[in-house]
Amino acid sequence: MRRGRRADAAAAAAIVPRTAIEVHDVAHFYGDRPVLTDVSLTLTERRIGVIGANGSGKSTFARLLNGLVIPAEGSVLVDGLDTRTQGREVRRRVGFVFQDPDAQIVHPTVEEDMAFGPHNQGVAAEETARRVEEMLVRYGLAGHRDHPAHLLSGGQKQLLAIAGVLVMRPQRIVFDEPTTLLDLANTRRVSRVIDALEQDAVVVTHHLDLLDGFDRVLVFEDGRVVADGSPGETVPWYVARMG
Amino acid sequence: MLSLYVPGASPVHRAPAGLKLAVLAVLGVGLFATGRLDLVATALLLVLATGLLWARLPFRALTAQVRPVWIWLAALFGFHLLVTGPLVGAVAVLRLLTLVVAAAVVTATTRVTALVAVIEWLTSPLRVFGVRPARIGLVIAMTLRFIPLVADRAARIREAQAARGADRVRLAMVVPLLVQVLRMATTVGEALDARGAGDVPGRRPRRRAAAENLGTT
Repeated sequence: MRRGRRADAAAAAAIVPRTAIEVHDVAHFYGDRPVLTDVSLTLTERRIGVIGANGSGKSTFARLLNGLVIPAEGSVLVDGLDTRTQGREVRRRVGFVFQDPDAQIVHPTVEEDMAFGPHNQGVAAEETARRVEEMLVRYGLAGHRDHPAHLLSGGQKQLLAIAGVLVMRPQRIVFDEPTTLLDLANTRRVSRVIDALEQDAVVVTHHLDLLDGFDRVLVFEDGRVVADGSPGETVPWYVARMG
Repeated sequence: MLSLYVPGASPVHRAPAGLKLAVLAVLGVGLFATGRLDLVATALLLVLATGLLWARLPFRALTAQVRPVWIWLAALFGFHLLVTGPLVGAVAVLRLLTLVVAAAVVTATTRVTALVAVIEWLTSPLRVFGVRPARIGLVIAMTLRFIPLVADRAARIREAQAARGADRVRLAMVVPLLVQVLRMATTVGEALDARGAGDVPGRRPRRRAAAENLGTT
């Protein structure tokens, strides 16, 4: 079932432009404390997982990929666009889903919040309405369109956050621990949503099950990439290393 | 206002938000321009009829807004009984009651985005001073969105403190709440960037919905 959805998503992905993200000699600091050191990668795979202990630099790395964080040293290029100088264009290509959907939902009701991104992009009202309707139906939120966002369940809020990004039609989506605050049922639901995405995805997570079938997994430790390979190679290595 | 919109397809729901706000403003001025009890009482009946019959709102949608001000209305009437007399007191109370119910009808039949669009339109002349009306609208929408969220965070902190025996120390919650809100504000700022809020042009593309709500199309 899971593989079938992924196969469908892979077929659908043919119509979504792919992205290539190049990370060149990146280092970053919070004050004097280094959080990323000497990171150089090229990300072209459809599904990339990022794992590591708390404070290992995963979330900072994720924020580099759409220009939310500009590296202190080095550069990040998305399809050749430099996040330092072309952040707006980069963010149109790379969407970002935060760990806490409450921080990402900025409008009082579901439908209004979903329309926020396209409106910022200057998408016409009719097209915005069409996209929002599609997302409301796809994620089972159509019955909640006028509901206050703060009254949604945790799972519904995360779906709204994801839909609020998808409606902007990015080519790649970065998820920063999207299931950390969710129960098992909602974790599985979000996992299925990520599986079915047409877009490329980078997923930072502590839930290793989420990485089943991913193309590549990066393991971070003390701001460095200490393992880089398939889930079959990296996840057991990481689990053993964590003791 | 935070969660008061009652979905519907009545003529009142479909009326432009700008028109509803204008009627509310005119009603407010009119109520304070007259001292006649019969006129004020008639206005209240008309507002109730608009809300219950025309807009087909549930009765509780209106009473929910009146409940928090009952005590103040009673106090106001008591004050007038002592100072001016029952007739003036009744007029004063009915005026405020009418306005509260009318405001409840407007908020229950109008989406926040429609109200925000009107505010953006009203503030659009300030563009010549460098003000961005879209930002004003976003601030209002975000205020409405985050009030319940901050209240929820405050309740969690109170629970955490009560669980450790500090249920009477209300001031002690200010610092952790402030820290949580500031941390959340950082993430919200990132989310606004990620969702293109910084991309909003100085002059917004004309929106059909906003234009309709203003009654300009």
